[in-house]
Amino acid sequence: MESDLSVSRRGFLGSMVAGGVASTWPADAQRAEAASTGAPPPVQTALTINGQRHELTLDPRVTLLDLLREHLGLTGTKKGCDHGQCGACTVLAGGRRINACLSLAVAHDGEQIVTVEGLTRGETLHPVQAAFLEQDAFQCGYCTPGQICSAVALLDEIRAGAVSAATADVSRLAPAALSDEEIRERMSGNLCRCGAYPNIVAAVRAAGGRRAA
Amino acid sequence: MRAFAYTRATDVSGAVAAARDPDVKFLGGGTNLLDLMKMGVEHPGHLVDVTRLPLAAIEERESGLRLGATARNSDVANHPLVRQRYRVLSEALVAGASPQLRNMATMGGNLMQRTRCAYFYDPTFAECNKRVPGSGCAALQGYHRMHAILGASEACIATHPSDAAVALAALDAVVRVVGPGGERAIPIVDFHRLPGDTPQLDTNLRGDELITAIDLPALPFGRRSHYLKVRDRNSYAFALVSVAAALDLDGQGVIRQARLALGGVAHKPWRVAEAEQRLVGQRPGDGAWRAAAEAAVAGARPRRDNAFKVELARRSIARALATTAALT
Ligand SMILES: Cc1cc2nc3c(=O)[nH]c(=O)nc-3n(C[C@H](O)[C@H](O)[C@H](O)COP(=O)(O)OP(=O)(O)OC[C@H]3O[C@@H](n4cnc5c(N)ncnc54)[C@H](O)[C@@H]3O)c2cc1C
Ligand code: FES
Ligand code: FES
Repeated sequence: MESDLSVSRRGFLGSMVAGGVASTWPADAQRAEAASTGAPPPVQTALTINGQRHELTLDPRVTLLDLLREHLGLTGTKKGCDHGQCGACTVLAGGRRINACLSLAVAHDGEQIVTVEGLTRGETLHPVQAAFLEQDAFQCGYCTPGQICSAVALLDEIRAGAVSAATADVSRLAPAALSDEEIRERMSGNLCRCGAYPNIVAAVRAAGGRRAA
Repeated sequence: MRAFAYTRATDVSGAVAAARDPDVKFLGGGTNLLDLMKMGVEHPGHLVDVTRLPLAAIEERESGLRLGATARNSDVANHPLVRQRYRVLSEALVAGASPQLRNMATMGGNLMQRTRCAYFYDPTFAECNKRVPGSGCAALQGYHRMHAILGASEACIATHPSDAAVALAALDAVVRVVGPGGERAIPIVDFHRLPGDTPQLDTNLRGDELITAIDLPALPFGRRSHYLKVRDRNSYAFALVSVAAALDLDGQGVIRQARLALGGVAHKPWRVAEAEQRLVGQRPGDGAWRAAAEAAVAGARPRRDNAFKVELARRSIARALATTAALT
């Protein structure tokens, strides 16, 4: 997708360090350009990403995934398919896991976004990140940021009593047990082409505080 | 992708007024629309984001339950009243897509999602009557294993991909919409269309109408409703065949009322009244299930690659009904 019309004031400075900025037009220049060509105007938006507020003026076509990777240099989040079919782009928006590739950045105005880069506390890994290391839950690592973000949300969802297609009786309101079957079903939105699935299940099980059966 | 303007609707009347412009499309979670825009199938000039409208509530009403059009699929699936009274809907929702997509997808967008027919989805195929009316149907001669066995036409053999809509058809849901002329209510079975010779029209919703809610009536089925989805892999895949079933048994265990709808077999959720009639007055058991299944597929017209769906539908119906009857 074209991402030539974007600037992030603070985000721009931040991303210079990471070296991933796509373009550097000032907002008024974008609006002048839009007005002269009859193109739709860019949209002002503010998002908080990993605790840092970004005020942005964006071409509405920019997906949340492209904003993170191409504009802000946050390349932890991966682009696998760009069509909602693999889960590599999974991030947390308002605490809920979503596919950043099928989401317009401007539609997340005012929201808190957390990416894999935002899970650590200082030098301390998130328990799910630590469990992925301990359980050797990856091979090439491409799907891993998405798997980890997904697993973080999964554990919250289980605690909140959410159902899945593996839940035998959805009419029982008590939280489902974190069985391997539940983990597999609830992680099914994240594909792993290396086939690291057995260890991914083990990592989620360990992070959820359950011993191997 | 064509450049488009983006605005956020703040009230229903504003959204409806904006949609008088045929270049406007409503944006829900974006999980289907944005995908189709990336593919070059849809190219609106203006997206009106409806997700901030005050339409996300799930409310108990005297006559049943009202699901707001922008309620996310995961929130509906997890709602205690949906789980306890409309179990088939909760099960259908969690059988669809992935947890991430369900967190994004809205109920309105789910009903309006377009077919996953590969020839529709990829504009490099010149023939698709749904995408370019009059261009032909590439699926007729192409690979049509996923396609319709019921209610299709020579113009289009696509299926409707929604799981939730199949459960809603079994539950007699009513779709509430607002247009320039005011409100109207569309029974779910009249919401989606058969292809006939206008397959470009998926639904009877007009372009300037906004879905505001889906109403579920109060029903006697209690916990006896169930969704069975059969697919090529066990999760994160569209249905080959799916079945939404509900049964009401009297004190003697005789079937008083039945509901049966199929997914993956037609251009719309396929409610089968004949099969339901066969079940009334019967005792649960293989004989009753087989008779219902036979009635459900009686009009099937399979093609070269999808003939397996007829037998798959029969067996899925029998299994779904048996599971439903065994629920207590
Ligand atoms: C990889 C993948 C797998 C999937 N698997 C399944 C599956 O197994 N089963 C299944 O059922 N679905 C599946 N889906 C589809 C998913 O359920 C739909 O994309 C989703 O429900 C659409 O909702 P949305 O809010 O994102 O709609 P959008 O993409 O935002 O919109 C879809 C359409 O609805 C219109 N619209 C949105 N809201 C309204 C409204 N209030 N009034 C009028 N029109 C409106 C839009 O203009 C657009 O035309 C899958 C999707 C993907 C990407
Ligand atoms: S990149 Fe978003 S799901 Fe594959
Ligand atoms: S570790 Fe390689 S894709 Fe998952």
